[in-house]
Amino acid sequence: MNTAQVLGGTEQTVIALAGNPNSGKTSIFNNITGGHQHVGNWPGVTVEKKEGKLNYKGKIYNVIDLPGTYSLGAYSEDEVIARDFVLKEKPDVIISVVDASNIERNLYLTTQLLETGANVVVALNMMDEARTREIDINVQKLAEMLGVVVIPTVAVKKEGINELIAQAVQAAGAEKKDPLKINYGKEVEVELGKLEAIIEKHDKLTAVFPKRWLAVKLLEEDENIYDEVKGYSGTAGLIKQQSKSIERLLDVTGEDTESLVADRRYGFISGAAKQAVTRRASTEKRVSISDKIDKILTNRVLGIPVFLLAMWGVFQFTFTFGAPMIGWIEAFFGWFGRIAGSGLAALNAPDLFVSFIIDGLIGGIGSVLVFIPNIFLLFLAISFLEDSGYMARAAYIMDRFMNSLGLHGKSFIPLVIGFGCNVPAIMAARTLENKRDRMITILITPLMSCGARLPVYVLFVGAFFSAHQGLVIFSLYLLGIILAIIMGKVFKKFLFPGETSPFVMELPPYRIPTLKGTFIHMWERGSAFIKKAGTIIFAVVIIIWFMSVLPPGVEYASRESLVGMLGSLAAPVLAPCGFGTWEAGAALVFGILAKEVVVGTLGVIYGAGEGGLVAAIQQYWTPLSAYAFMVMTLIYVPCAAVIGTIKKETGSWGWTAFTVSYTLILGWTMAFIIFQGGRLLGLG
Amino acid sequence: MKSHDGKTLSELSPGNSGKVIRINTKGPLRRRILDMGIVPGIEVSVKGMAPLGDPIELIVRGYSLSLRKQEAENILVEVI
Repeated sequence: MNTAQVLGGTEQTVIALAGNPNSGKTSIFNNITGGHQHVGNWPGVTVEKKEGKLNYKGKIYNVIDLPGTYSLGAYSEDEVIARDFVLKEKPDVIISVVDASNIERNLYLTTQLLETGANVVVALNMMDEARTREIDINVQKLAEMLGVVVIPTVAVKKEGINELIAQAVQAAGAEKKDPLKINYGKEVEVELGKLEAIIEKHDKLTAVFPKRWLAVKLLEEDENIYDEVKGYSGTAGLIKQQSKSIERLLDVTGEDTESLVADRRYGFISGAAKQAVTRRASTEKRVSISDKIDKILTNRVLGIPVFLLAMWGVFQFTFTFGAPMIGWIEAFFGWFGRIAGSGLAALNAPDLFVSFIIDGLIGGIGSVLVFIPNIFLLFLAISFLEDSGYMARAAYIMDRFMNSLGLHGKSFIPLVIGFGCNVPAIMAARTLENKRDRMITILITPLMSCGARLPVYVLFVGAFFSAHQGLVIFSLYLLGIILAIIMGKVFKKFLFPGETSPFVMELPPYRIPTLKGTFIHMWERGSAFIKKAGTIIFAVVIIIWFMSVLPPGVEYASRESLVGMLGSLAAPVLAPCGFGTWEAGAALVFGILAKEVVVGTLGVIYGAGEGGLVAAIQQYWTPLSAYAFMVMTLIYVPCAAVIGTIKKETGSWGWTAFTVSYTLILGWTMAFIIFQGGRLLGLG
Repeated sequence: MKSHDGKTLSELSPGNSGKVIRINTKGPLRRRILDMGIVPGIEVSVKGMAPLGDPIELIVRGYSLSLRKQEAENILVEVI
């Protein structure tokens, strides 16, 4: 039966790409689809799903990029997704991307794909790298050993891509072959035979799973497969045989079945490699360029300074280049607002409508869009670090420190990025494989004091602490870090208990990223932010505008407006923190749009310009209440863009609401402690 | 769990190699270690360690793999 996916009524041939992380799978995907792709999520999870189209000889093919995995087990969400797709969606052909310079471990996934009986074409990628490392591969021989077509490619130079496409298309139309049969050794084969005999009798099982593959998975004690099999009726006998077989193998061989299977599978690969691969270079001579770079970048003494320098470089790049672009965006929206204002005035539009367009839409969207340059530039820098292979080293260098905080080495990057902007920081948490690590990182990232909070500090510090500006601002950043560490520990203990996730990570060879690849990478993430977070940001912008102009007839954002009322309502609650005025309350409500809006709002409310604002603040605030207010601004409720991103990345309104609530409570508590504590110490 | 004829991988110093005898752990960590190509009989060498002393970097099957000492403790090797 042809199992092509039905899309919009027309049958389309599906080509899936599978491969290890760092195998160049993304470059192959970009080459096949011409960079035209759609990025979404796999149902129910936040793992990226990339789809593209291939137009070949007048026919359109659907190309799916499976998550990069090392195996088809159930170690991570990624692996389960890749496996389910291969077994249940049954793509017409799978291109198995293999890094030729690291062939043994890469073929581990390929053999597993072949064991499912799928139509597979192997893209033997990075052939240039293999040549440099003096690894000779007899492609013909390898193809014979694996029983599939093998095409040598160099994806970044587009070598072999046309041939790969032609072969993939041909294989998609071909009859399904028998699954690859690895000899697992006499003892294991006996038990596999028993299990297969039982599986054969269950039509429902054989409809989904190839029988031998299922028998192997049962021997491997794969939990997901076990649960699935248990879900079918009449499988009790099979489950019983599974535990009997595992026990018997342990008795006879003294080894657990999981090792036996992995050992034999790698044995098969080593056998194939022995026939097809010759390493001309001796081990000593293989000290590659990567090793030389690593001698400096992961050096015991230099490793950390170099890392910090790299982070500093990322920030300099992002914010130095971002600043003028932000200026252009601000200027554009200012100009656009004025044009629209005079245009609407000429049309005699009602005041409320004019305010909606200018204050609500143009002003609101403008205040959020100013983030875009920073987000794109930061993603550009991150994509560069990732594609070059340095990101893995960063996690390697920082893991010891992060692990002592109960986090994973990979959490460090998102948290540091948070000092720039929390939005890309939370998106960068995607690199964490373990859901628990990812969630904790997302939840504490808003405590990293982002660039938008700085203008608020600058205003208040300028008004009250001009002698110790740097020190006071630094103390706020430090407070955020300390609270993040404490909250991280609390969340881990109470919300996400369990052992730390293991750190078993490949350190890929350094590679020079391609300009195109890096830009595609950046564009995917940046545009995903605009699309997904944009709708939520837009909603918040509109809600706050309505609150500023209702009830009808009030002056925009005045004490009589809903925002003003909310400010007045909040005032008694905020009073113990030292800033119990409706002005402060309203400023904090507006701060949800974007934290720097706090400054602008205070300006509007006090009816003062830049210089007058400092005087007004000195009149209504004390140094102590000002400090408490800065602490509140640091912690309370992430801005609209961050709220939107948290919803998008956690996929849960519950966790989004939780983050908003905990930061609000924590912010109030800290401001309270500081103000009341300060008063007790006689600082008030 | 030490054996008299072997050491754990975490005890090897940089530059030393060992042949894997056994992996003493269960569950996802074990599967991950096996998937990454560390199976009984394979030779691994310790290439170095992170600036803070942990994790360590290994060479296995011609590529670089890093893991924490805590995880390396579960891998029993025969020093070669």
